Amino acid sequence: MASVPRTLYEKIWDAHVVETQPNGTCLIYIDRHLVHEVTSPQAFEGLRVAGRTVRRPDLTLAVPDHNLPTTPRKDAAGNRLPIADAESAQQLAALEANAPEFGIRYIGATDLEQGIVHVVGPEQGFSLPGATIVCGDSHTSCHGGLGALAFGIGTSEVEHVLATQTLLLTPSKTMEVRVEGALAPGVTPKDLILHIIGVIGTAGGNGHVIEYRGKVFEEMSVEGRLTVCNMSIEGGARAGLVAPDEITFAYLKGRPLAPRGEDWDKAVAWWKSLATDPGAKFDKSVVINAADIQPTVTWGTSPEDVVPIGGVVPAPESFADPSKQRAAQASLEYMGLAPGTKMSDVEVQNVFIGSCTNSRIEDLRAAAAVVKGRHKAANVHWAIVVPGSGLVKQQAEAEGLDKIFTAAGLEWREPGCSACLAMNPDKVPAGERCASTSNRNFVGRQGPGARTHLVSPAMAAAAAVTGKLTDVRELLGAA
Amino acid sequence: MEAVREITGKAYPFGRKNVDTDVIIPAHWLKTITREGLGRGCFETVRKEPGNVFDDPAYAGAPILVAGDNFGCGSSREHAAWALLDMGIHAVIAPSYSDIFSGNAFKNGILAVVLPQEAVDRLLEVARTDPIHIDLETQTVTTPFQDRFTFEIDPFRKHCLMDGLDEVGLTLARQEAIAAYESKAKGELPFLAKGIPVAA
Repeated sequence: MASVPRTLYEKIWDAHVVETQPNGTCLIYIDRHLVHEVTSPQAFEGLRVAGRTVRRPDLTLAVPDHNLPTTPRKDAAGNRLPIADAESAQQLAALEANAPEFGIRYIGATDLEQGIVHVVGPEQGFSLPGATIVCGDSHTSCHGGLGALAFGIGTSEVEHVLATQTLLLTPSKTMEVRVEGALAPGVTPKDLILHIIGVIGTAGGNGHVIEYRGKVFEEMSVEGRLTVCNMSIEGGARAGLVAPDEITFAYLKGRPLAPRGEDWDKAVAWWKSLATDPGAKFDKSVVINAADIQPTVTWGTSPEDVVPIGGVVPAPESFADPSKQRAAQASLEYMGLAPGTKMSDVEVQNVFIGSCTNSRIEDLRAAAAVVKGRHKAANVHWAIVVPGSGLVKQQAEAEGLDKIFTAAGLEWREPGCSACLAMNPDKVPAGERCASTSNRNFVGRQGPGARTHLVSPAMAAAAAVTGKLTDVRELLGAA
Repeated sequence: MEAVREITGKAYPFGRKNVDTDVIIPAHWLKTITREGLGRGCFETVRKEPGNVFDDPAYAGAPILVAGDNFGCGSSREHAAWALLDMGIHAVIAPSYSDIFSGNAFKNGILAVVLPQEAVDRLLEVARTDPIHIDLETQTVTTPFQDRFTFEIDPFRKHCLMDGLDEVGLTLARQEAIAAYESKAKGELPFLAKGIPVAA
């Protein structure tokens, strides 16, 4: 075995095989399970009905995020405010009751550590390199930024993991996305991943786990790696990975749930051994030239519908595939855009800075740097900044970022999934546009009829102050 | 899970590519804490389009859906599978699926049949007028016009579907192997094997 060069993915997989069936399906051990309120109630109910328990409550962490309003959660006297939406309240109450019933650690809506599961996991040191991490949410791919094999699962699988701490899986194919060269100033990890999805398409990674390789990733912060891996699922890959290195170790060391002492030293030694061996083969390889990438925006209703900010809305007939032509036509009708329109002429009425893709401290710093000393444009009537967790919020406030945002006319909110998906009160009105740092521009994703343009935090901030999609480099003097 | 062996009947000739789970069941339907009743929200945005196949009485109650490439992409919501089932759809035929949807469909006894685009195109044509027959035992899709397409399926999945097996129950029978792995991991990967302090 030692003589066959293996990829990072293969090493993590091999370390977690409980059993292999004759057909190649493996029973894989799961090290960390994140649970939120939307995809878990039916799983807990399934356990109850069958009289089953949670095998490893100590490898499970529950936190509400999707349904929570991002307005204040306590009144002036410190009492918890009720959730207005009855269905949301019921779903949140179900998690709050299920966690203690099954002995699971629960971070509550008003706890400082509460936040979006994919922000909380790494931040608490719950998510670790080399671990298998699952959650009933497709953006679990995010944690691959730490070098973990992390992927989203459905509710039946949530139940399966709760009951057995394992999943029955077939090995994925491996795909290398190698980025050559360096990103230009003003070009961020979000622009990079949008560009990559544009190149490979939303089905490009189906059946594969992507490993992001090259100097760009080696020099990227953990926050940036989490952003890139987060959107692997938008390229069809269930998981994305960046090899753990000194940057990863420095990020994790001392976090509340990270290993300590002797365990830490053992962990680092093992993590260092996980990097893809020289000569290891990938089933598929894509090479991207970093110099080709500009700040990137989406024009349509699929994350693969990307164009540089300096570009124009494409004509449907410019696509070779007839079915893509029809999809583009439908997208343009939904988006209310005409082919040939310059992206930098597209006005937005809403700006959303947040989501599991872009709500970490680095994202908020990038956005604040753009709005500092400027003000929200008159045509932008809703612009919100939603930190990914209570700890991110606290850090941002310590740095004075909240004051910069509010002085510029942007709202400073409580942590949660917010306007990424229309499950809580933060929605984009029908027919209006939103420059959004989230991950999906699907039809109706931010509210029925809402028109989403996916962008980086700096680009969203630029759109907030100019009122239209804007090359942020013009504001930063980098262009 | 109910056993699935044969599915015969009308099919919605949908055919669209890259149908994401927000299209199958929009997020505002996800606030439920049960598996039932999601059929009403299934393809909600498509149903606003005039002449859509889901509101065409010719296909009412069809147990099969014929779709395009990359069906079920996007989120991991199993609500997409529950919504299809609640609408009466027990099989989907498409050239490819997102990995997560394909797993969710299987776990709910929905047969996700993979056929090449040419076969799917032919079935889209047949579905406009005639029923389609899917036989899991022989792994075939047939029409009243002598069309016969065979499809591949993982033998384990086939066995589970045909016998309506509960996967959690099957894995719980492997507790010894799981415990053996855990005890090995405690020695080799203690930093992963050690849990976190849980609630009192």
